[in-house]
Amino acid sequence: MNEYILEMTDIVKEFPGVRALDGVELRLRPGKVHGLMGENGAGKSTLMKCLIGIYHKTSGNIRFKGRDIDFKSPIEALQNGISMIHQELNPVLERPVSDNVWLGREPYKGIRIDHQKMRRDTIELFKEMDLNIDPDEKMGNLTVAQMQMVEICKAVSYHPDVMILDEPTSSLTEGEVVHLFEIIRKLRAEGCALIYISHKMDEIFQICDEMTTLRDGRFVGHDLAAETNVDALITRMVGREVTNMFPKTPCEIGETIFEVEGLCSGKQVKNVSFSLRRGEILGFAGLVGAGRTETVETIFGIRRRDSGVIRKGGRELHIASPRDVIRERIALLTEDRRGNGIVGIRSIKDNTILANLPAYGFPIDHKRINEDTDKYVRAMNTKTPSTEQLIMYLSGGNQQKVLIGRWLLTDPDVLIMDEPTRGIDVGAKAEIHTLISKLAGEGKAVILISSELPEVMGMSDRIVTMYEGEVTGVVARGSAAWSAEHIMALCHGQSEDTHRNT
Amino acid sequence: MNPTKAKRWVSQNSIWVVLIFMVVLMTVLSPTFLTAKNIVSVLTTESITGILTVGVMWCILSKGIDLSPGALVALTGVVTSSLAQKFTYGASRLFPNLPDIPVIVAIAAGLAVGTFFGLINGLLIAYTKIPAFIATLGTQLIARALAQLYTNAYPIPELKPAFKNVAQLELFSVFGASVTVIIVIFIVFACISGFMLTQTRFGKAIYAIGGNDQAARVAGINVEKNIIKVYTWCAFCASVGGILLAARSGAGNSSVGVNYELDAIAAATVGGTSHSGGVCRISGVIAGILIMGILKNGMMLLKISPYLQQVCKGLIIIAAVVFDMRKNAKKS
Repeated sequence: MNEYILEMTDIVKEFPGVRALDGVELRLRPGKVHGLMGENGAGKSTLMKCLIGIYHKTSGNIRFKGRDIDFKSPIEALQNGISMIHQELNPVLERPVSDNVWLGREPYKGIRIDHQKMRRDTIELFKEMDLNIDPDEKMGNLTVAQMQMVEICKAVSYHPDVMILDEPTSSLTEGEVVHLFEIIRKLRAEGCALIYISHKMDEIFQICDEMTTLRDGRFVGHDLAAETNVDALITRMVGREVTNMFPKTPCEIGETIFEVEGLCSGKQVKNVSFSLRRGEILGFAGLVGAGRTETVETIFGIRRRDSGVIRKGGRELHIASPRDVIRERIALLTEDRRGNGIVGIRSIKDNTILANLPAYGFPIDHKRINEDTDKYVRAMNTKTPSTEQLIMYLSGGNQQKVLIGRWLLTDPDVLIMDEPTRGIDVGAKAEIHTLISKLAGEGKAVILISSELPEVMGMSDRIVTMYEGEVTGVVARGSAAWSAEHIMALCHGQSEDTHRNT
Repeated sequence: MNPTKAKRWVSQNSIWVVLIFMVVLMTVLSPTFLTAKNIVSVLTTESITGILTVGVMWCILSKGIDLSPGALVALTGVVTSSLAQKFTYGASRLFPNLPDIPVIVAIAAGLAVGTFFGLINGLLIAYTKIPAFIATLGTQLIARALAQLYTNAYPIPELKPAFKNVAQLELFSVFGASVTVIIVIFIVFACISGFMLTQTRFGKAIYAIGGNDQAARVAGINVEKNIIKVYTWCAFCASVGGILLAARSGAGNSSVGVNYELDAIAAATVGGTSHSGGVCRISGVIAGILIMGILKNGMMLLKISPYLQQVCKGLIIIAAVVFDMRKNAKKS
């Protein structure tokens, strides 16, 4: 009998134009907790999706319980004993807890659902898991943490051989984390193999027996928890050298033009302060959910500002909506290109002029609209047969170029770019990097948010690191602290002083 | 025009191809169809629905809907009529003690009442975020009930000739068919809507809001203010429709205008206005209005049972949307 319950070998997953996974391997032993490590975009989620059948691998081999498998759907994976708890939950909020637990596999008595049994089974399951939740309570009345625990119980009720937990503690309090770890240990004792994905280093070392690290879609190493430590693991995750692939050209840095002081918004942005000078590129590094996007959304008036002061050119700004910010010549290229960037059903032309509408008078000056659109399609080197083309038919990179053109048309002094190269092919990426450098050279101040450490390090003059809504450090290029390991540690919430030695 | 260009024109204006096809078919089937009298009659009949349509298309374009126009037709009709009854009708008037006020004041009052409802619709939808369907269903019921309360559900007859002329005044005649002012008003409203759509920032803003309101907001567009404008304009069009209906029929009546909003929505939809928002062309909407009008007229000429007429109308609406969805599905 093989010592591994699940073996994934040489897994390759290609998306059009991108190789997301390249020869990845992962081996699970029954009765062990296996940490899956890597930066944002390293391929952890893609690998898991290939395993449970949300994606279909391009090539490679998955061996589960001694036979080769290739699941077509998560349901098939579930029926065969692999369950996954996703980071984003999808509960049916309007229905009771017990309905949610048994959704899609309700017990029947004759022609009708046996609600009695459903209720009894839920109570029993919760008792077993030491969970104190009323099965008749409406799901929507639970806290997010309680929903998470219900979700975990639901996964357990399938009696899986392999259970995947993707960032399970992101919404849990400390006490609940302890509870979760008890459940994990119990499952482990029963012989279940668990895959644990988390960015929280202390948790990883608390619960995991071994770990596999991915970087840029490649397998970089396998460690036993007993034989490694936090620093070694972070080095593994970051690994590569940050080379000159980012054309940061040195340029003159002028006076301070933009300042944020004590900015707060809900739980996502806590007391954030920073300043920005003309010609400077200020990078924002952090994990997914660190509050970087929320910070710039708050600045831009999309998100409610609880407190804090925003100044431009020394003058305090009174911001109620994006209009107010745009008038101050500040631009925000948002992270969610499809969600709040493009208007898919409209043309390149309509998308280009959208933020600059007030400039076109009454009746609108079609000639100027055409000139402006042509100018920015050319300047951004957007590939399209015509400016009348609907933007939804462009590639991600070209859509992004149109959106950057939209903001440049408003002639901003401060340009905030949130993940400007996410999901964009390499060529367009380089073009956008060159452009950012050029804009800084023209004296514009740029804020660059990126989850790719090499990008943010390659482009920025200074980097602000954030962790769980707070600024954990500001590192200047050329200073002693300017190293991938140190910045990564700051992004993982290791404070400045505990990491002085790097 | 070379073949590929012709093909593109046909695919972009397929609605006009359908319209032309219908005209040809009807001409063949019925000798009375393509006569000046009949065509002018179709235009006169459809002008009120047409005015409602060029209003409600804005709501659909912005990814909303307005169910109140039909009721607003009744309400503005009775309000205006009550102030435009012949002075000589004396004590039989709704307000027996009313002085002889100018027609223009009566019209202004009707417009004000109707447009006010649009403002309420807009405010509700923009600020409470309740679905447009619900908000305007509510105002529809309220407006209809107010019209009935106002008149006790009795008609308001004996309107001033000057008021009736607002709709009935004959401008000129072609081949014995008299073209009245109501057709011209419809054309003017279609032009205004078309102009706003293509020549103003308001139009560009509504296209963006309908296509992706979040993107519009981030780009600095005041989404709420624009939504309010849309519903106010729609109600204004409905008010004009209500006043014209009263003027044309010579009486105010709280029970008129039932389902007018559905006819308008149907015409806008057949005309290619997408209920997913962000897509609308004035030429398409005008074609939609004419198609629905010719359909009604044609089936009447062919003496098809009115019940069967409704079946055909239903089928055409469904077919138009299925066709539209397929066109979009193929693209993505």
